[in-house]
Amino acid sequence: MVTGALFDGLAPSILAVDPVPWARAQMAFTLAAHIILVPLGVSWGFMALIANYRGIKRDDAEALELAQRWSKYMAVTFAVGAVTGTVLSFEFGLLWPRFMGQWGEVFGIPFAFEGLFFFTEAIFIAIYIYGWRRLKPWTHFWTGVPLVITGILGSISVVAANAWMNSPEGFTLDSNGDVVDVDPMGVIFNDAMPLMAAHMVIAAYVVGGFLVASVYAVGMLRGRRDRYHRVGFLIAFTVAAVATPVQIGVGDSLARWLYENQPVKFAAIELVPETESDVPETLLGHLSSDGQVSGGIEIPGMASWLSDPSSGTSTEIQGLDTVPADERPTTRQVNTVHLAWDVMVGLGTLLFLLSAWYGVCWLVRRDMPKSRWFLRMASAAGVAAVVTMEAGWVVSEVGRQPWIVYGQMKVEDAATGNTGVWITTVVIAVLYIGLAITTVLILRKMSARFRVDDVGDADVPYGPNRPADESPTEEVAVP
Amino acid sequence: MSTAVAVVLFVAVTAYCVFGGADFGAGFWDLVAGGDERGERPREVIDHSIGPVWEANHVWLIFCFVVLWTGFSEAYASITLTLFVPLTIAAIGIVLRGASFAFRKTVFRVRERRSFGAAFAVSSVLVPYCLGAVAGAIASGRVPAGGEAGDPWDSWVNPTSVLGGLLAVVVVAYLAAVYLVFDAGRLSDQQMVEYFRRRAIGAAFVAGAMALAGIFVLRHDAEYLYDRLTSEAFPLVLLSGACGIASLVLLVRTVHRWARVLAVGAVGSIVMGWGVAQWPYLLPESLKVSQAAAPSGTLGALLVATGCAVVIVLPGFVLLYVLDQRGLLPEEGVD
Repeated sequence: MVTGALFDGLAPSILAVDPVPWARAQMAFTLAAHIILVPLGVSWGFMALIANYRGIKRDDAEALELAQRWSKYMAVTFAVGAVTGTVLSFEFGLLWPRFMGQWGEVFGIPFAFEGLFFFTEAIFIAIYIYGWRRLKPWTHFWTGVPLVITGILGSISVVAANAWMNSPEGFTLDSNGDVVDVDPMGVIFNDAMPLMAAHMVIAAYVVGGFLVASVYAVGMLRGRRDRYHRVGFLIAFTVAAVATPVQIGVGDSLARWLYENQPVKFAAIELVPETESDVPETLLGHLSSDGQVSGGIEIPGMASWLSDPSSGTSTEIQGLDTVPADERPTTRQVNTVHLAWDVMVGLGTLLFLLSAWYGVCWLVRRDMPKSRWFLRMASAAGVAAVVTMEAGWVVSEVGRQPWIVYGQMKVEDAATGNTGVWITTVVIAVLYIGLAITTVLILRKMSARFRVDDVGDADVPYGPNRPADESPTEEVAVP
Repeated sequence: MSTAVAVVLFVAVTAYCVFGGADFGAGFWDLVAGGDERGERPREVIDHSIGPVWEANHVWLIFCFVVLWTGFSEAYASITLTLFVPLTIAAIGIVLRGASFAFRKTVFRVRERRSFGAAFAVSSVLVPYCLGAVAGAIASGRVPAGGEAGDPWDSWVNPTSVLGGLLAVVVVAYLAAVYLVFDAGRLSDQQMVEYFRRRAIGAAFVAGAMALAGIFVLRHDAEYLYDRLTSEAFPLVLLSGACGIASLVLLVRTVHRWARVLAVGAVGSIVMGWGVAQWPYLLPESLKVSQAAAPSGTLGALLVATGCAVVIVLPGFVLLYVLDQRGLLPEEGVD
């Protein structure tokens, strides 16, 4: 047993609290906060580059202005994302020292590459954000491209580590259970990695797109129907609308991967207490304490059919009871997973329908839907997309319980023995809530200031309408 | 192979000290720059100086962590288990520092700037103190290996840790002041050049005095480290002292360019000296580098990642600094 209690000698009855639930709460809370910033870090740069490209290529002043302002917002969200990400790298050890002591040499490998990509991203985002004024337009544009690439590769690396926790491979244990041999390729390219990584990267584009588009949808609803708002909306919403159907396809494959490889998680998702065929798809509903499904709407045979369409409703789905109770999620966790799954699929479907509406309008008459209802839904889509992503993450993490490394190590055996964790959890929760509120206020304030300062294109550095005699004289070529 | 990875780790720690450290040091000067009017110009120079580079510099810390937990998992687990308190404070400080620095640039009211500036500056002092105390705890052998936590308080509230913490604050302040002399020069602000030059000289004296006092602290409190610093690692200690004195002389004579190089040499060689003095231990006298090392597959992957970093990250890092030093990254956006 690890000792590390902060207050062992002081006042054990009041201050010394079982660290496991608090460690889980703190990790979940800080990850849930960080994951909102991830899509912005990964996909906003891409959207800014589209605007930037249009701005230069087609002499589009509004697009260029959008790209500049987006890069200023990105400076804030990237900074907050970088520091909240750093907290996670402290927490791996502070909250899960036994996990890191045992598995760090395996689990850490994808992070070595993530570090590489994050480093490159931090370098080029600085060059891009600070380079507007004095780099040549196309040179400046190209300094943004590494951002997009490293954003994608970085999130693939992080998800590879998380996928490894679901599908631990690439190592050999000796008789004491110590890791003796590691195959890095086997660790990084574990079986769960391709689909999980694809699901997260595309989620970043879906969420980033809807989130940015929702801001402009709100602006348009408030009567700001200028071209600037329109271009901002179109770029972001198109990215999201293209990514959403792809995401549904990837998600479907991932669910089938779970059916085959993590049957207990799958049973929690589909609420299947006992192994059977012709399993209905239960919408909402829950597992009651006697282990039976109650409530909800059942679609007969649907879960079986979706699991393997080739054998249809006769597909057998493994039940929760096939593993001992201490090796599967508790009833409460099962209900959490199932509800989160319903939220993810439900909202995901709505987002898909919204994308389809937009797509059809665009194909038919080369314009976005005119209805105010479309704008209202698009305004809500940003938050909805964030909720969808959080729900998907809950499915993945809670569905893995009680394991931290699937089939190898349980969460309770991984946690610190430090009884003072509850204090840091409370402090960090307060700090993060303050941080979240401040970030939103700051972004809104920036946007309000941009509107006040909106004096045409006077502040566009290499915009098309700048009189010839005012052309920048201080522009210096990149060495 | 474990030796190679340990070298990578220490190079990364050194890089974090001389790049990331200086950003914290700039925060120290921000803290002591005085009221809104008196402090306006120094703060402007500080903003300009660290704005484009602090995030990239910060990644060195992540890199150190990743190499440590992947290459030497047991050491990482032991450090985080024992030094829970200072590491938590450092993590919170890092959040406050980074976020409030980014926020400060976006607000223009004095009151708001002041609160974000205060959060940025105070945490800029807190974080190096905590990390220095952590280094002191490790170096003085207060972090036991083997899944048992050391004392949660005494491990980092002791003479060597206090020395480590204070020295870290002073040394990064010295580095930052030397860099800021140069950055003020780039902005052609002679008054600020003089302002930071005087502070760099002051900080150099304090750092030197503290290092001398530290010899006595270590002699009584961290014998293993003391013995090795005065034998195997002695050339590096001498080098550090020589660079420090030379940079001081150059600062007094206003030869700023070389003062900067020598300041980096002074700080870099003492950090490397710490590494040499600990050798072959990661956690002195309880965990050797070779004992803590991961299986060869993992170490190989880390070396491959390091190789990739040299090929991919290093040119980018150099490009960032070249652009920055040539004044091509003046400010965010255009307005």
